[in-house]
Amino acid sequence: MSHTDKIAKIIEKIEENQRIDSNEALDLYRNADLLTLGRLANQKRFWLHPEKRVTYVVDRNINYTNICVSGCRFCAFYQPVEKGYILSKQELGEKIQETIDLGGTQILLQGGMHPDLEIDFYVDMLVFIKERFDIHIHGFSPPEIDFFAKRSNLSVAKTISTLKKAGLDSIPGGGAEILDDDVRQKVSPNKCLSKEWLEVMRQAHFQGMRSSATMMFGHLEQDFHIMAHLNKIRILQDETHGFTAFIPWTFQPGNTKISVKKKTSVEYLKVLAVSRIFLDNIDNIQASWVTQGDKIGQTALFFGANDMGSTMIEENVVASAGVNFMLPEAELKRLITTAGFEPRQRDCYYNFL
Amino acid sequence: MKISFLDERLESIYAKVKQGSRLSKEDGICIYETPDLIGLGIIANYVRCNLHGNKAFYVYNQHLNYTNICKNRCRFCAYAKDDGEKGSYAWSMEEIEERLMERIEEPVAELHIVGGLNENLGFDYFIDLLKTVKRVRPRASIKAFTCVEIDYLSNLSGLALEETVRQLKEAGLEMMPGGGAEVLNTRVHDALFPKKIGHDRWLEIVRTVHKAGIKTNATMLYGHIETLEERVEHLITLRELQDETHGFSAFIPLAFHSQNTQLSHLPPTTAMDDLKNVAAARLLLDNFPHIKAYWVMIGESLAQVALNFGADDLDGTIIEERITHTAGAKSAKGLTQAQMEGMIRSAGFEPVQRDSFYNRVAKLN
Repeated sequence: MSHTDKIAKIIEKIEENQRIDSNEALDLYRNADLLTLGRLANQKRFWLHPEKRVTYVVDRNINYTNICVSGCRFCAFYQPVEKGYILSKQELGEKIQETIDLGGTQILLQGGMHPDLEIDFYVDMLVFIKERFDIHIHGFSPPEIDFFAKRSNLSVAKTISTLKKAGLDSIPGGGAEILDDDVRQKVSPNKCLSKEWLEVMRQAHFQGMRSSATMMFGHLEQDFHIMAHLNKIRILQDETHGFTAFIPWTFQPGNTKISVKKKTSVEYLKVLAVSRIFLDNIDNIQASWVTQGDKIGQTALFFGANDMGSTMIEENVVASAGVNFMLPEAELKRLITTAGFEPRQRDCYYNFL
Repeated sequence: MKISFLDERLESIYAKVKQGSRLSKEDGICIYETPDLIGLGIIANYVRCNLHGNKAFYVYNQHLNYTNICKNRCRFCAYAKDDGEKGSYAWSMEEIEERLMERIEEPVAELHIVGGLNENLGFDYFIDLLKTVKRVRPRASIKAFTCVEIDYLSNLSGLALEETVRQLKEAGLEMMPGGGAEVLNTRVHDALFPKKIGHDRWLEIVRTVHKAGIKTNATMLYGHIETLEERVEHLITLRELQDETHGFSAFIPLAFHSQNTQLSHLPPTTAMDDLKNVAAARLLLDNFPHIKAYWVMIGESLAQVALNFGADDLDGTIIEERITHTAGAKSAKGLTQAQMEGMIRSAGFEPVQRDSFYNRVAKLN
């Protein structure tokens, strides 16, 4: 079979709504043009979501600390213990009240791998929030939870059940970066391994907790690592059905220790489209306007994304790498509407509000 | 390849395009109205690749805005100032030479020169300007003056339009950018730029310039008060003139930036609108060789995407863009050659460095 025939065969499979494997995804990514990928991803998106709607969530990123011993080379946010902060309960309370006042329904609560904090600190923080506020806590990330478990000599399962009992509602899929240990060794050597990341999610899903999954690409990975990452996510999803959404975004090299050329918008849209095509068992794909800006954020709605993510009343991590896109709710809705979709505010489980 | 479009109306447009039939005004409206952005892109990309294959062009250029003093004071402009106003300027020949000398080591192939209608400058100034640029940068092409400036220069010189153009050409004018057309429509003209030349005069000037053997580009400023129908009519008017003169080289859709203008209440254009304007231009302007994605106005990221929606040219490296940046543009003020080529390559195209006339330039570095 000639190479062109091979690609045509893959396209045919996708058009018949059949699953493709990671080698086929790689072939497609390398050889199909942008609009072919867009067309296939858009088709898939409308099969899964026939209504012309795009969802978004009103929330705030709260970084309870910026102290982190992970020292990831792609991060411009972290500080050592002596230079960093931990939010006081008062600051935390004020930020949550502000979020509720602005119509927010959830907080994205994330910090770092703080060397001195044990599980009690996190339990206390969650209980404090839940006692005072009626708000969904989308909190931590697999590397944080894996670190808490090791730090407190608990199993991952026990750590999750403890956090859940204290008020944790769902887990964001952060810290996945690229789920390949050779790549992780180069960019985030002190962070949990890919199987540990997946294990946190597996345990959380088993305990009835939902999570998202992410991928940060455009640093030291090769294109086949991206496909392997998607494959690992899809295999776990077949097992647990716990992922609500997948969110790919590009590494922002500003103020970090990895000096690479930033991935372009076309490369982002191609990866987004392949994600939509490949991850046939994940309902929602999120556009990343935080890393791509409003124009590519809107364009992403035609390349497989059916969700615009969050209004992000506050965002600190990407901003520290020198990228600062701001989109108030009205502007987010305008982008969705002018692309021909009906904007719908959602909760963490993608129910309309 | 058989494509199933989400918007069935695109089937007939695709069929026409494949046969090489000209699109109608109704087709044009449909192009602007369709929600099927990907389908539209596929059709525009088909035409673009038939014309230019895998090539995408860019030019190593420098902008010179010789004055910002302008008596027209169009409502959409953030750049113009009154004579004597703080920040107003008009460069002397020494200052022009200085700007050119600052960059003399760079392989600039084109100088893009436009400015305001400054009543302190005589016709000689413009002849001097062209001669100075030609003397300092003999190997670069001079692409200068909009039709609005040509009309004004013709009044200044007291000469007939043809003679004015002849003298400018003799002094070094080789090409003209397409600015100043805005939207060729009386309603829009009267509301937004009443002091600027109107529809008929703009066409008359372009016709004269083309007859004198000078190629021009054409533009459309979109995203303010114009209707979709007015956009389509603008494009069809240009298409008809091109049938007559064959003097247009590229068409450049210009996204309106409202900040610091009298229309600052208007929101910025969206990606959907920017990409549709590129695609509409490629499909309706079947007799225009080139469509530009002007990165200054739509941003570098979207300009790269636009190469797949009908554009074959990313304009220039531009050393110092002033006009759109005073209206709040967030794009860079200039791009390096490496950035430009990287953008083109990762969009799936082969970069071709060109001169003003789309001849390939051998790379010096």
